[in-house]
Amino acid sequence: MDNRIQIIAIAGSVSLLIFIIILIRQHRLKEEYSILWLFFTSVFILFSVWRNGLEWISDIVGVAYPPAALFMILIMALFIIMIEFSLIISKQSFWIKSIGQDIGLMKQEMNELRAKLDLAKKDTEEKS
Amino acid sequence: MKEKVLVIIPAFNEATSIVAVISAIKQEYPSFDLLVVNDGSADETGKLAERTKLAFVINLPYNMGIGASVQTGFKFAKKYNYQIALQFDGDGQHMIEEISKIIKPIIAGEADCVIGSRFIQKAQTYQPSSFRLMGIYVLRLFSYIFVRQRIADQTSGFRAYNRKAIEFLSAHYPVDFPEPELIILLGKNGFKMKEVFTQMRERQGGVSSIPTWKGPYYITKVLLSMMMAALRSKKINN
Repeated sequence: MDNRIQIIAIAGSVSLLIFIIILIRQHRLKEEYSILWLFFTSVFILFSVWRNGLEWISDIVGVAYPPAALFMILIMALFIIMIEFSLIISKQSFWIKSIGQDIGLMKQEMNELRAKLDLAKKDTEEKS
Repeated sequence: MKEKVLVIIPAFNEATSIVAVISAIKQEYPSFDLLVVNDGSADETGKLAERTKLAFVINLPYNMGIGASVQTGFKFAKKYNYQIALQFDGDGQHMIEEISKIIKPIIAGEADCVIGSRFIQKAQTYQPSSFRLMGIYVLRLFSYIFVRQRIADQTSGFRAYNRKAIEFLSAHYPVDFPEPELIILLGKNGFKMKEVFTQMRERQGGVSSIPTWKGPYYITKVLLSMMMAALRSKKINN
């Protein structure tokens, strides 16, 4: 049986897992954002090794060529991860907006206080 | 009038007109406080406004869009205990003489939000293109379906709010093209809205925030936001 695709799948998903673990170790990827990656790379490894499992899944969903089921899982995983990214981006753009507004409000208050302070200084200088 | 009133003037690259707008409002309504929210202008808008010494000026660190600018104004109004806040666009479309008209119902306690409308009387100075008119009808229909309140001028930015609305809006304010979505948000949350006829001019300078080629995108985005605003749960907890 030709199992080149299986070897490629195993090599690919194992190196992906290692790569992600390295990134987390070096603090370049935060743990909270790595959970989905770790989960799906583990799923890829599981199914690239356990070919019967892949055949079993293929049977259930009606895929004739089992390795194609692997790609299906891959695409699904990418979708889920990208939706997670969109969620994170939306959340962060909300935060960035609030931070920008607060900076604007704070700068205004600071200028106001500084002007009052200058005025008070001038007053005391004139008195003395 | 003893109420503390704040006029929020969102400004983006309006160095040519901002000083005139500030001094004209201050002259007509000396008891009102003015707040210019300079939305990351590339020109001297912020500096010129500060130099007049007639208005508070907030310089946002980058261009955040009209929604975020106006919301900054509401945050300011909440922080410094204003009872009434109104939005006044600095591009010359809104007329200073009409300001008293849109705050009158707020002072009388008739509404939480008053919208200065171009459309509820026959005699009008503003004539939109047929393309825009189509959009206006679609927005009106959507808004009526969602909040069962007839608001003729969905996109008017000439609005006044009471303290209750100020507090709500400083926490929840739509981004990008906020005006029609705001009507649904306020309607869904039990705020009373009222429309008042106000004259408006063609814009004096600057360009529309919605150029014609962006029209379809604007309508799609606004309808989506309106539908989503309608789908959200009725009461947002502050």
